[in-house]
Amino acid sequence: MKLMDVKLGQLPTWLAMRDFTPGGILGALRRGYDRYYNKYINVKKGGLGGISMVLAGYVVVSYIWSYSHLKHDRHRKYH
Amino acid sequence: MFSRLVLRAAPAALRSLPPPVAVSVLHATRPLHTTQQCLAPLPPLPEKGGEVRHGLIPEEFFQFLYPKTGVTGPYMLGTGLLLYLLSKEIYVINHETVAAACILSVIIYGIKKYGPDVAAFADKLNEEKVAKALAVKNEAIKNLETAIEHEKKEQWRVEGRSYLFDAKRNNIAMLLETNYRERLLTVYNEVKKRLDYQVALQNLKHQKEQEHMIQWVEKNVVQSITPQQQKDSIAKCILDLKALSKSAQAAV
Repeated sequence: MKLMDVKLGQLPTWLAMRDFTPGGILGALRRGYDRYYNKYINVKKGGLGGISMVLAGYVVVSYIWSYSHLKHDRHRKYH
Repeated sequence: MFSRLVLRAAPAALRSLPPPVAVSVLHATRPLHTTQQCLAPLPPLPEKGGEVRHGLIPEEFFQFLYPKTGVTGPYMLGTGLLLYLLSKEIYVINHETVAAACILSVIIYGIKKYGPDVAAFADKLNEEKVAKALAVKNEAIKNLETAIEHEKKEQWRVEGRSYLFDAKRNNIAMLLETNYRERLLTVYNEVKKRLDYQVALQNLKHQKEQEHMIQWVEKNVVQSITPQQQKDSIAKCILDLKALSKSAQAAV
């Protein structure tokens, strides 16, 4: 069953049902990639959104990974 | 989707079995065009991709929030989120922010100005590719159709076989007839020659016998004329002549 159909209370049960073996994780990644690819890139008239979303995601992830260095550039110490 | 997983799992499982069993089992487990999911002919590509607003956020997000918050919901969410990140300095403003702002503005300006042209160019390239493939397909179809035409013509020609064979049969019959008559003529000629020979032989014999007999009779007659008989006959002839001349003179 899909994540969108799971109610909030049933989330732990649903998480327990998932397949966390390396093969299962790889399968999940492959499925996610296929879904994104077939929806935004493998079309006749692809738009800008296809790659720009990937690049924006990359920017966000790299910001998160380098946050520990950026913490020292804050203008105020206490928020 | 699950059949694809099955397809991937089946060879891995079968590799453990000994080869002949694997081959026979593979024939049974490989789903040919019997399942619903058939890979050929491929469905055509969708025309447009998923809708993305402002190039960054999929349209589904806006639709997801629309029932509860209306049209401005996601924008309010975005503004609130941004203010929260700035005020708590989860997003730190430093030199990189300025650089990012400059880069983004240049990129957005470039996209807005040259976007449609690039899109049209890419579409043209795609068009050409598809047209080439279509041309190849149509060419192949045309060739096959002409081949079918030729085949049908050959089949029609085959129907005329019986006439061909009748003509050939007639030819052969005529040849046989001619040959037979020639031989008949030869036989007739040969037989006639032999009979002519026999006839000529008989004629010759007859002729020879006659000649021989005449000669023999003449010879004997001549021999039998004695000198006395000769004188007597001559005297008689003279007397006869005198008588005749007298009668002739009398007649005149």
